[in-house]
Amino acid sequence: MTIRARRVPGWLVGLIVPAVLLAAWQGAAASGLVPPAILPAPGLVIRTLAAMAQSGEMAQALAATGSRMLFGFALGAACATVLGGLCGSSAAIRALLDPLIQALRSVPSLAWVPLFILWLGIFEASKITLVAVGVFFPIYLNLVSGIANVDRKLLEVGRVLGFSSWRRLVRIQLPAALPAYVVGLRGGLGLGWMFVAAAELLGATNGLGFILDDGEQTGRPERVLAALLLFGLCGKLTDWALAAAGRRLVSWQDIAAA
Amino acid sequence: MPYPLRINGLEKSYGGQHVLGPIDLDLEAGTITAIIGRSGSGKTTLLRCLGGLEQPTAGRITIGDGQVSPADIGYVFQEPRLMPWLTVAKNTGFGLAGFTKPARDLAIAEALELVGLPDAGGLLPKQLSGGMAQRVALARALAPHPKLILLDEPFSALDPFTREQMQDHLLHLHEHYGATMVLITHDMDEALALALRIIVLDGPPGRIIGDFSPDLPSPADRVSAAFFAWKRRLTALFTRQSAPPPEAAFSDQQPAQENFP
Repeated sequence: MTIRARRVPGWLVGLIVPAVLLAAWQGAAASGLVPPAILPAPGLVIRTLAAMAQSGEMAQALAATGSRMLFGFALGAACATVLGGLCGSSAAIRALLDPLIQALRSVPSLAWVPLFILWLGIFEASKITLVAVGVFFPIYLNLVSGIANVDRKLLEVGRVLGFSSWRRLVRIQLPAALPAYVVGLRGGLGLGWMFVAAAELLGATNGLGFILDDGEQTGRPERVLAALLLFGLCGKLTDWALAAAGRRLVSWQDIAAA
Repeated sequence: MPYPLRINGLEKSYGGQHVLGPIDLDLEAGTITAIIGRSGSGKTTLLRCLGGLEQPTAGRITIGDGQVSPADIGYVFQEPRLMPWLTVAKNTGFGLAGFTKPARDLAIAEALELVGLPDAGGLLPKQLSGGMAQRVALARALAPHPKLILLDEPFSALDPFTREQMQDHLLHLHEHYGATMVLITHDMDEALALALRIIVLDGPPGRIIGDFSPDLPSPADRVSAAFFAWKRRLTALFTRQSAPPPEAAFSDQQPAQENFP
């Protein structure tokens, strides 16, 4: 007897639990088990999404949230890359800067909001800065530890070849830290979406966070759920794109495929 | 021109623990010298001092005329230590600084050809066998045309067939480049097959207990009577060292160095 194993595509397996949850949701809504004011039926949420797409509200919200996310992520990642590179490669700079950065990390990120609003106003700058703060720490921490924990044996190759500190950083430490950096970028991206939602909930006139707030204020849970779905979709898509780009960057790693 | 190497009163301690020396040694330019010894005899520490990876506690190392750049010294480690993100060609050219692109490409192609991997330039380290990876490490050390090559048990992790093949490669490379080579090994066959001179270390603390010039034909006939005779002499030296020392061994008159005919 021969046993033939047939592989089911991973994406299909990943859809099983959401499909079951969707069916349970539909069942609960149709049976009247949960009042529509608490949990509207999936059909209503989809119709809300369609209406938002038709009216242009969805595109406008996605553009507003997406641009805050894009600029915040770029700012946070750039600062984390520069500071992480410096602190990872130089013990002196690490001794100088790392204690302060670690102290700032222990401040709850939302606690910065009043200060950012005072300094930067209530418009885009404070929101982008808040996203940047969220993005910064995972990237910084991963990069510093990635550079600091580079295999001593590889560094010795640089020493016998007479590399300067700069050449050692650029040619050995940074490439070796790339896998940790990619993990940091993905962590930063996830936190970025969390912080953009928080920033928009705290005061915005557009964006997905505004729709969340609006849905809550006007008692329309279908709008809240529609915005949540869009947040989830955006987060998943951007993470997927970053993971795909990261896999290409570190394709040299000799690791077992998951 | 290959570099001669002079070591005077070299000593190394780690945190008050004396592990090596004093070592005094003169190595002739263009020769292969094997340094053999048991684990803990200080062979690798000595080589790391020569390669600048360790700072000697005392003593002096003079390589060539003393004005040496890192490109003049090639170092092959026990493991390949290739940069996993670089192709074989880029790993080979990793130490080439100040070369124009055509000169760099030529040096890489020549080094890969010499180690028998002319078509492997586009591969990544993860695609190589252990023997291939070690050959790339050898090519990386050779590409800048060093005048002194330090080899730290470079073939110890390889299977016996690949090891012998690599030893033949090394002899061929030595004929081609004529660089001075210092080979650390615990394999007596390897030392006898490759080296003109064999230094025996024992310790700790590591000290020279033998200095031989076997004068075997090159390439050595590994099954010849002379080869076996030398192997027996070296083995006897280690056996004597590990036997309980006679009373006289505690005398200050005990010779530290022994020269066989």
